[in-house]
Amino acid sequence: MGVGLLNTIEVILNGLMTGVMYSLVALGFVLIFKASGIFNYAQGVMSLFAALTLVGFQSGQIPFAELINAVFGTDVHHFGFTMPAILATLCALAVMVLFAIIVERLILKHLVNQEPIILFMATIGLAYFLEGFGDMMWGSDIKTMDLGLPQGGSFWFEDVTKTWAAEGSDYWGMYVDVLDVIAASVAICLVIALTLFSQYTKTGRALRAVADDHQAALSVGISLRYIWVVTWAIAGLVALVAGSMWGAKSGVQFSLSLIALKALPVLMLGGFTSIPGAIVGGMMIGVGEKLFEFYVGPMVGGATENWFAYVLALVFLVFRPQGLFGDKIIERV
Amino acid sequence: MRLSTIAAMAATAMMTAGPALADLTIPLLSYRTGAYAPSGIPYADGFTDYMTLLNERDGGIGGVPVNVLECETGYNTQKGVECYEATKGDGSLIYIPQSTGITYQLIPKATADEIPVHSVAYGRTSAVNGKVFPWVFINPGTYWDAASIMIKYALEQEGGSLEGKKIALVYHNSAYGKEPIRTLQELGKKHGYELTELAVDHPGQEQKSQWLQIRRERPDYVFMWGWGVMNQVAIQEAANIRFPMEKFMGVWWSGSEGDVVPVGDGADGYKSVTWHAPGKDFPVFDDIQKHVVDAGKAAGDGSKIGEVGYDRGLYTAVLVAEAIRIAQEATGGGEITPADMRDAYEALGITDERWTELGLPGFAPAFQNSCEDHGAPHMGAMQQWDAKAKKWTLVSDFMEPDYDVVNPLIEEDSMAFAAENNITPRTCE
Amino acid sequence: MLYREAGDFKTTYADDAQTFPIAFDRWRYYAILIVAAVIIPLVIDSYWAKSIMVPFLVFSIAAMGLNILTGYCGQVSLGTGGFMAVGAYASYKLMTAFPELNIFFVVLLSGGVTALVGAAFGLPSLRIKGFYLAVATLAAQFFLVWLFNKVPWFFNYSATGQITAPERTVFGIAVTGPSVPAYASYLFCLAFVVLLAWLMRNLTRGKVGRQWMAIRDMDIAAEIIGVHPLKTKLIAFAVSSFYVGVAGALFFSVYLGAAEPTEAFGIQQSFLVLFMIIIGGLGSIFGCFAGAAFMIMLPVLLKNVMAGALGWDTTLATHFEFIIVGGLIIVFLILEPHGLAQLARLMKEKLRLWPFPH
Repeated sequence: MGVGLLNTIEVILNGLMTGVMYSLVALGFVLIFKASGIFNYAQGVMSLFAALTLVGFQSGQIPFAELINAVFGTDVHHFGFTMPAILATLCALAVMVLFAIIVERLILKHLVNQEPIILFMATIGLAYFLEGFGDMMWGSDIKTMDLGLPQGGSFWFEDVTKTWAAEGSDYWGMYVDVLDVIAASVAICLVIALTLFSQYTKTGRALRAVADDHQAALSVGISLRYIWVVTWAIAGLVALVAGSMWGAKSGVQFSLSLIALKALPVLMLGGFTSIPGAIVGGMMIGVGEKLFEFYVGPMVGGATENWFAYVLALVFLVFRPQGLFGDKIIERV
Repeated sequence: MRLSTIAAMAATAMMTAGPALADLTIPLLSYRTGAYAPSGIPYADGFTDYMTLLNERDGGIGGVPVNVLECETGYNTQKGVECYEATKGDGSLIYIPQSTGITYQLIPKATADEIPVHSVAYGRTSAVNGKVFPWVFINPGTYWDAASIMIKYALEQEGGSLEGKKIALVYHNSAYGKEPIRTLQELGKKHGYELTELAVDHPGQEQKSQWLQIRRERPDYVFMWGWGVMNQVAIQEAANIRFPMEKFMGVWWSGSEGDVVPVGDGADGYKSVTWHAPGKDFPVFDDIQKHVVDAGKAAGDGSKIGEVGYDRGLYTAVLVAEAIRIAQEATGGGEITPADMRDAYEALGITDERWTELGLPGFAPAFQNSCEDHGAPHMGAMQQWDAKAKKWTLVSDFMEPDYDVVNPLIEEDSMAFAAENNITPRTCE
Repeated sequence: MLYREAGDFKTTYADDAQTFPIAFDRWRYYAILIVAAVIIPLVIDSYWAKSIMVPFLVFSIAAMGLNILTGYCGQVSLGTGGFMAVGAYASYKLMTAFPELNIFFVVLLSGGVTALVGAAFGLPSLRIKGFYLAVATLAAQFFLVWLFNKVPWFFNYSATGQITAPERTVFGIAVTGPSVPAYASYLFCLAFVVLLAWLMRNLTRGKVGRQWMAIRDMDIAAEIIGVHPLKTKLIAFAVSSFYVGVAGALFFSVYLGAAEPTEAFGIQQSFLVLFMIIIGGLGSIFGCFAGAAFMIMLPVLLKNVMAGALGWDTTLATHFEFIIVGGLIIVFLILEPHGLAQLARLMKEKLRLWPFPH
């Protein structure tokens, strides 16, 4: 194979991996939108909060240390122990479940039957709140996410692909980040688990019933409030996974909450209501923006990825207004 | 609702008014929250701790206590303007804007209000020309100096010639990131290297295409003008593609602990320009430990002391304190005005002996400001990250930029600004 | 007892159709106008002008613009920041290309340019609806900001890509540039606010406004009764963008004075304006002001109280600021989902009856 072709394959491959990373974030949006019709603006901040909590537990940080020190005049920062990654993950998960319960109790319960835009606004309030709360709880400094996952280009893959190039050509082999492969596998496991959960468990079926029709679900005796707690808890789990994967790349810091912006075009493309849509949409966005940046970017000055994803999604939407996998929009007068 | 809000605000504004008189008031526009907090926290700590040290150890400067007015901007320009307007009535002597956006805001405003602005190696590069920008100071150097120093270092490494070499510039797609392009292009004409520009859009969490491109083109050097999350991701990606880290260099804002620590061992060997020596092996840190930290008056939790960001805050504080001292000497002591402060800044100089007296021998090069030059000493050294020992070490001497290339560019840009804004440059006789 | 409506008779249709049919409301409105136009300029200082009143007025205009599109026509947009950038860059180009042109017309022309751009980006709204449209308008946001960053013509080939507003005067008094008196920048913005609010009121109660609301309530039904959906939506996009463009021009030239696209016109501005109209109340002019006041003034107030008056640590104060703003948004939504405007309406109804409850 020619080097040019191999390069293109490499870009596509990396685009796919990146796309799956986007999907991880998008998945959280889809879950909540499906179950309660809420466009959850706070999903990005939830990822940040989950990752902060995970790192905080792992390194034995004292929550609200700053506040405690300011109020009581003490000087405490660390418990003096560290937790294994697994235990810290479980603790962080417990916090996210608790968070889901609180959100339901304090916010969603009071906003039943409101218009989508009001619910959207409530999640904005939640995002503001969580931003300040998370920072106060764990401090605004950058933290290192160390889950012991390997990172860096795969030697094995490089060696294998090197032989694909024509003899004598100066080709290094293809690059693929091991962490991306892990993240992609985790994402796929997550999607399979979620699908199994919603198909074969009682709660999962109730979840789907609620997604189909709130009123009908209520009338057959499904507790809407319980389902919402479950959905938000699952979204919290997805946020935790996304937060740890992205956090491993860049350190855990405030900017983590901005990855939500990368998920929005994925949502548009895949449809707000489809879990496989989030994965496929993510892959399309990933490949599309990488190819465009790689081949067209240098001609127009680069840094095109932010808008290209949106424009790509926009073009798709003009032809299919409900996204690739979204439910058909039926309008009645 | 609206009226009651305004009434409540009026009440509050009245309560908050009432500046602490008879102090040397230095506003500190810090950013301890928000996306760039990892850079802002050590900086603000270093600045505040040094001023606290002066108050605790010497009773202030020239017997007058220093009052650091901290105002949180979150690196947000609008909040920065609010901070400026809120504190400028309190007798503020100088503004250190701490962000490119706020600097651009304050240059015209503070000039009109006659308060000096010190953008410490950031902001508008051509403001180094004191003839056009009498109220703006940019010590210890500009981005164009940094670009030139990086090329100089690369020249040294390559045995004096960059002919036919390839250099890639990975930059933050903003006013700040675009600063070095022109200089690097001009230098490229002189030294015959080929420059590839790779823009990374804000915030920079995803840089796979840029680094795939670098991997394919295999440049000899990669330079970086990064900020915030972009730094950590870029260093991580460079480690991932196994780019030789000793050929990867960042500007000073891409070279602090927060940028490399999250990457772990992969960041080993990464270099960046710096205008001061890293670490805390200087006598002044013993004083800080004794008078500030042990006395429980430290601004942070103490973990930042000696980090690059902390040292930068300290450096800024030293310059401000020295300028106040010079102003007091010129006016006969005690209280000074912003105009005195400006004159003092123009006369500001710290010799090697003075650095030693301050407890910072070899911390930074000696320099002397002048009427034309508001950015001395323009010098920078290269520091390298050691991931095992978790510390930066200097790997070169402090170097001067290529003035032949940089100075005409500064002249051109500052004169364009003067023409656009009807400023007649003053003469410096 | 506040509202004394007895004896307040309407004898003409014009009287009946006026904006403030109740005499007390009318007098209060005139009183606010006089306070805003005469008393405040006499007492305002540079802190109040630059950090509170000017941003409040500028964002009120932007909120009015978005409210026309979202509140009256039902099209959610997240491109406000991008359209503000269009207004800002248009005003910069006009100011530098035609130094003789009065700044007042520069601002209006910038609004006009933005209207054209906005209408172009409004085209997909015919097919895309709801949240999909909101996300689609983000394409405009990111593309426009990228464009202003990349094409040197927009920033007159300056080395850094920053734009700086040169000094321009109205009646011999500077309104842009560094040496502006506090009252001048305030009054200049106020003039636009009054003018545009008046225009908005008359647009929304006329034929166009009714068409917008018909589209908002159900576009298919509106189409059936003879409202042209594409034309109506495009007019909404154009008018809305005009307002947002004026806001952007004022934001750059009067308020900031210097700007760079990524920071000044980023996605956070789009969200900010959207928050304003939802908190203030969709489809209400008063709501635009209330929302802008809430989002601009509340953080400053909280900051002054916590970090200033109470002397808290600035970091903690900022964290609490976020927690309180977020908490208040949620509390307001739970108490009154239709925004501050609805709250004001309810209060007025109560006051009209007070002290007799029936």
